[in-house]
Amino acid sequence: MMEWANLGAVLAMALAMAIMLGRLFAGPSLYDRVLAANSFGTKTVLLLLIFSLLVGRADGVDIALLYALINFIATIAILKFFRFRSLEISLAQMSLRRAIDGDDD
Amino acid sequence: MDILLLIRDIASIALLAVGVLFVLAGAIGVIRLPDFYTRIHAAGVTDTLGAELIVFALMLQAGFTLLAAKLLLVGFILFLTSPTATHAVANAAHRAGLNPLLSRHQPPHPRDTETGEKS
Amino acid sequence: MIYGVSLSLVLAVMWWVLSGYDKITLLAFGVISVVIAIVLVLRMRILDRETVPFLRLHTLIPYYIWLGGEMAKASMAVVKAALKPEIDITPRLVRVPVKADTDLARCVFANSITLTPGTVTVEIEEDAYLVHALDTSFTAPEGFAEMNLYAARATDGDTS
Repeated sequence: MMEWANLGAVLAMALAMAIMLGRLFAGPSLYDRVLAANSFGTKTVLLLLIFSLLVGRADGVDIALLYALINFIATIAILKFFRFRSLEISLAQMSLRRAIDGDDD
Repeated sequence: MDILLLIRDIASIALLAVGVLFVLAGAIGVIRLPDFYTRIHAAGVTDTLGAELIVFALMLQAGFTLLAAKLLLVGFILFLTSPTATHAVANAAHRAGLNPLLSRHQPPHPRDTETGEKS
Repeated sequence: MIYGVSLSLVLAVMWWVLSGYDKITLLAFGVISVVIAIVLVLRMRILDRETVPFLRLHTLIPYYIWLGGEMAKASMAVVKAALKPEIDITPRLVRVPVKADTDLARCVFANSITLTPGTVTVEIEEDAYLVHALDTSFTAPEGFAEMNLYAARATDGDTS
């Protein structure tokens, strides 16, 4: 019984990921795509968790943990890159550049 | 003992079903809602409540083991990082000058298109 | 001092949970890595209340349980709005005043607003947050004030 529930949950998660891919390809702005990618990553983590319990291998949980961390860092890195067009920039430089640009909308 | 296991399984399946429903509803919301800032909210349902419910359901399945502790850690990390990532996306869009839709969004009826706002 | 001890305990428990080892030689490696992490934290001089928020767990856990109830209620509303056959929403961008003494309380409050479905903190200003809400029903000022009060109470421990 439990296995069938888990299998159904894995399939539903895959369906949600497919829907999210639709938004990822169709998204009108860059931020829609970043949001869809981040949400896709969260669903990937959940799918990994359910799948590792379904097949009874606990290693998948470790991979899911790593994936959650990398997903977060990747989202932040993408946003940082598209705002500053560079990844080698420190927090002090960020506030300096913000002051120079007069970024107060 | 057997009845306890049955209760645990039923509770786990119920939590899993509710979590999966929230995740699917969030995904459908991300497709259907009209504006970037409104899509954030639909994605947020998925990332917070749906994910936590599924993690709790899996913790019930794992029982009182080290695996449950790891699952709790995954849930904790998702609980901390997903609002931060959501805020980062929203803030980046706001700083880049993406204007939110602030008027009422309503699909125009065919019979009173003159009075209803088209957006 | 108390921060250092509690951070070491948390790191040790986390190492043990993530590795799952119980042999004494392997646990020694865990002790060594905890010591290295503590030395690094001391060198960076970031060992203070905001690095180690574990000491207020007895007020933070009830707060997050209360927030879980709020999240469940708001999630239902968002799901209803998203699954209606004809979408009928009025998004709003509101400015929410913030009354908090410490950065930790401000952070927890902003995080709570974003965690609650239907509201997202868009911009952080000096004494207010710019919050985007999915519908006008999410923008009640009393709800934000209540959340602000509870967040400040859970992190600072006073009722000011």
